[in-house]
Amino acid sequence: MSLAHRIIPCLDTDGERVVKGVNFVNLRDAGDPAALAARYNIEGADELVVLDIAASRDHRPTFLETIRRVAAELAIPLTAGGGVANVDEGRAILRAGADKLTVNTAAIRNPPLLTALAAEFGSQAVVLAIDAKRVGDRWEAFVRGGSVPTGIDAVAWARQGVDCGAGEILITSMDKDGTRSGFDCPLTAAISRAVSVPVIASGGADTPETFLEVFREGRADAALAASIFHDSIQGLGALKRYLGAQGVSVRQTG
Amino acid sequence: MNIALVEYGAGNLPSVERALSRLGVESRRASTPEALAGCDALILPGVGHFGALMRSLDERSLVNPLRDAVSRGTPLLGICLGLQAMFASSDEAPGDAGLALFPQNVSALPPADRLPHMGWNQLRRARPSKLLEGVRQDAYFYFAHSYAALDAGEAGVAYCDHCAPFVAVLEQGSVFATQFHPEKSGPAGSQILSNFVRLAGGKG
Repeated sequence: MSLAHRIIPCLDTDGERVVKGVNFVNLRDAGDPAALAARYNIEGADELVVLDIAASRDHRPTFLETIRRVAAELAIPLTAGGGVANVDEGRAILRAGADKLTVNTAAIRNPPLLTALAAEFGSQAVVLAIDAKRVGDRWEAFVRGGSVPTGIDAVAWARQGVDCGAGEILITSMDKDGTRSGFDCPLTAAISRAVSVPVIASGGADTPETFLEVFREGRADAALAASIFHDSIQGLGALKRYLGAQGVSVRQTG
Repeated sequence: MNIALVEYGAGNLPSVERALSRLGVESRRASTPEALAGCDALILPGVGHFGALMRSLDERSLVNPLRDAVSRGTPLLGICLGLQAMFASSDEAPGDAGLALFPQNVSALPPADRLPHMGWNQLRRARPSKLLEGVRQDAYFYFAHSYAALDAGEAGVAYCDHCAPFVAVLEQGSVFATQFHPEKSGPAGSQILSNFVRLAGGKG
């Protein structure tokens, strides 16, 4: 008996529709979020993440409606975020039906935001999302959907974010995102060693073997993927059966 | 049957309502002493902070009505922080008294593994459980917490191990509680909610 490694499908949305791209660009439509959520709920997803990658203030009511529609389909936890800049915006996302919220750009500009969110909703509801890219011999955190470098070391920022109140880290490798070349195990392991909270690895998911690698070598507690699930390249059930057979603790469903 | 979710200004009521609704069970919300008194069964959901929960119950004058309902034998299901609130006190808010349906303290889990305890875990059964009837021994449930009751005496019917062994399911008379979120735990969680509704006299 031990805590299962989680498999988490991610719905990147423009607020209303699921979109996808490679290395954060060339976005195209990939379906209705509620329909995909219903499918993943049945197929054995352990959690679902829904992000508003446009995160424009004008579209926020649309995104909140998307969260409501997605939450209505789920009997598993839901994490949502994108552009959350203050406690009130966080509350709106949780009230719409999310169990946890992600923060990224606003937290790096204003780390006390993490403390305020944790005080209001509990650390278990605050996920610090970090977009990181290899620069020389370290990883640098980028903000605004991966478009703006910060000069901040991603591993040090993860550690600071946890000290401020984050209850989980979602680490996305910008080098791997959308490439289907495997997760960034060195990055994930560096983050995982640096913090005491659970770590979700994101970017580069491909074959079941890549998930095994990120759980073993990357020391991830959970792994997130989008297109391989949306395009039915990889089934959730088959993935979990493979991991289970390899001795990884996973929640088998059906 | 008249099943009510205790509303105290926080928590995850909509997800519990949706989970009940999927079972064909309609619930309402109770936020006043009068509303609590008229219920056949109560659910106390909970997310957040022990002290904040107890102060919210206190501000709404719900602490004694909840205790009275329990002493009348009204079935009560506590979820996550709702389980913790049933104890006398918590490390999370040392100055705030709990509902004290159980005399023990809720402890901060020792940092032996990653915290918060976040994700799906299995149960270790200690005593026969009505709430777990029909639930597979190896079923997984969704947890998200850093505090837990390490002991509930005879009321502890199932435990979970993360950082330390802690009470995952408790039952005593008509009082039931889970440290995990049945409303977020897929079909196994749904079975638990269904069992509670049936135990409370409805057709779960």
